[in-house]
Amino acid sequence: MRGKLCPVSEQDQILNEVTSSEYKYGFYTDVESDKVPPGLNEDVIRMISAKKNEPEWMTEWRLDAYKIWQGMIEPEWANVHYKKPDFQAISYYSAPKKKQINGLDEVDPELLKTFEKLGISLDEQKRLTGVAMDVVVDSVSVATTFKKTLAEKGIIFCSMSEAIQDHPELIKKYLGTVVPKTDNFYAALNSAVFTDGSFCYIPKGVRCPMELSTYFRINESGTGQFERTLVVADESSYVSYLEGCTAPQRDENQLHAAVVELVAMDDAEIKYSTVQNWFPGDAQGKGGVFNFVTKRGICEQRAKISWTQVETGSAVTWKYPSCILKGDYSIGEFYSVAVTNNYQQADTGTKMIHLGKNTKSTIVSKGISAGHSHNSYRGLVRMGPRAVNARNFSQCDSLLMGDRCGAHTFPYIEVKHPSARMEHEATTSKIGEDQIFYCQQRGLGMEAAIALIVNGYCKDVLNQLPMEFAVEAQKLLAISLEGSVG
Amino acid sequence: MLEIVNLHASVDGQSILKGINLRLGAGEVHAIMGPNGSGKSTLSNVIAGREDYEITEGDIRFNGESILELAPEERAHLGLFLSFQYPVEIPGVTVSNFIKTAINEIKKARGEEPMDASSMLKKMREKMDILEMDKGFLSRSLNEGFSGGEKKRNEIFQMAMLEPTLAILDETDSGLDIDALRIVANGVNALRSPKNTFMVITHYQRLLDYIVPDYVHVLFKGKIVKSGDKSLAHDLEERGYDWIKKEQE
Repeated sequence: MRGKLCPVSEQDQILNEVTSSEYKYGFYTDVESDKVPPGLNEDVIRMISAKKNEPEWMTEWRLDAYKIWQGMIEPEWANVHYKKPDFQAISYYSAPKKKQINGLDEVDPELLKTFEKLGISLDEQKRLTGVAMDVVVDSVSVATTFKKTLAEKGIIFCSMSEAIQDHPELIKKYLGTVVPKTDNFYAALNSAVFTDGSFCYIPKGVRCPMELSTYFRINESGTGQFERTLVVADESSYVSYLEGCTAPQRDENQLHAAVVELVAMDDAEIKYSTVQNWFPGDAQGKGGVFNFVTKRGICEQRAKISWTQVETGSAVTWKYPSCILKGDYSIGEFYSVAVTNNYQQADTGTKMIHLGKNTKSTIVSKGISAGHSHNSYRGLVRMGPRAVNARNFSQCDSLLMGDRCGAHTFPYIEVKHPSARMEHEATTSKIGEDQIFYCQQRGLGMEAAIALIVNGYCKDVLNQLPMEFAVEAQKLLAISLEGSVG
Repeated sequence: MLEIVNLHASVDGQSILKGINLRLGAGEVHAIMGPNGSGKSTLSNVIAGREDYEITEGDIRFNGESILELAPEERAHLGLFLSFQYPVEIPGVTVSNFIKTAINEIKKARGEEPMDASSMLKKMREKMDILEMDKGFLSRSLNEGFSGGEKKRNEIFQMAMLEPTLAILDETDSGLDIDALRIVANGVNALRSPKNTFMVITHYQRLLDYIVPDYVHVLFKGKIVKSGDKSLAHDLEERGYDWIKKEQE
């Protein structure tokens, strides 16, 4: 899964090309359109960088990533099957642009129904459907509302584009340090073409007074979405970060290849929660988002990173939020609920890389498969030769609904120190007709019964989410599994 | 209240109920007794609306209306409750959350406002006192790791909370020691009123010492073969079911 490293001479060559060809492609900046034509080449990357008015070091960084990406092969080891995206058919830059929707009555009523079920307010509905505002990354509301409070504490929370302009020293120092450009095919692609994302920096000893949240949504058809998130928690700081992808867009297969990097310095703690509900495709398996995401965090001494994810959307999910437990006594946690229905496929899990002494990790994964879907847990626990007294506890449960779906578990364990301790528990169960009948007899309809049983099954994970997110996640689970039984 | 007319039911093509006629009036307690395999549990499941059974003939009427076409939850909304012989486990769902969901789903179906949290808690405490239940019960996962007696007590607790007009108790006495039996019976008796009807299904007369029935019916090979008052239960206790079997042959 690792691509080749670019030899130095090749990098020099790229650098040369970059510096000597600036003029040649200058005319692209004249293009006033919001969306660049489909296709990917150096010109396109230069154009993206130019449109965003980026400094040269950033342009070079992107081009380097592009060169690396070209030498890589799309990974095939995951337990998912799909038609590979045509990377030359995707438009890699699409500026937020107003859509021709004048009111909520012109929006797909089914979409509105979903919003109602989610309890999203009318304002929020307007925002998500692109009526009032159409933003790729909606960190604006939070940032503007609380910017003062955050600034008083020295917290930086802004879009990645702003961060590149305003905090280049931090971006230069940390971008690509946890997920290098060379890491994998999609991470390299993201590094070359990412258009926006969020940046967050918590200074030493500061406890972020509120949850920071970002909502992502995918643009119009024919575009890919590549956002980049970087969270840096300085020594002894704390932050809880929420990421929501709760805006389904009815469309063809779309590529979403994000990269999230977390840096937790000595004694810092980062809690990163995701509720992912990209459009999963229709009941026949047509359309839906390809969600190929690289998320990783690094923990220094006594630091802690906790990933919590509720994955209900996307046609294909390929995602392994991971922790590198570099510092002694550092802690990594991964709590996951992945739901697949209809023809969805998910291959998700985590990697816990124990490098330091007395490092600890916990993995709780709850997979739920319904319809014709396939749900795989794939997790690696590696305990390195220096990881004295490292400990891991893994629990991987699968819940099956119906008899046409599949649940798979792929645990990988590598232990290089004799003092390491590992526990792995796994169960597979089915929602019983007895359970459903019992609930029905007490007055719950079929859907309510399934929602209750599923939420009970996922309780250990949902408990990790901040309150308002947990409620949303519970509703989402119920919605995703509608019509899956009976 | 409940009227069962010439009810025939089968499962997997095998006929189990073969023409049952019963009429349960408001405020009455009816005991259904019978040897194993006579169709007692089938009867309770069919009334509650379990899908596995096919009604081949006859009707079930609740307050004068046929309920055969209604889903199990719709029957529950009308006020029908079944205390299960073998209550299932639902991991991760607490007793209090389950009961709260059930009460509010029923209220929603009836077009009523949901019950507020403090009234709910107050009511739970009241009913738990009657059933001599520990407060910690509420936060346990539904039926998970419960002893046989705890499961049955939990069923009666749910009944007390939901306040059904028709309650069917399917072998609620099985697996209970004598103290638990008394407590459960107290819980049932506390709910008896001129408006509420009970169908108590049991194998043994024992329970009927505590929950005294107005009528006793004997179910044998899918038919009610004998009906009488509570003395019938005593006869059965003394003489066993053999004389019934002989009479039928």
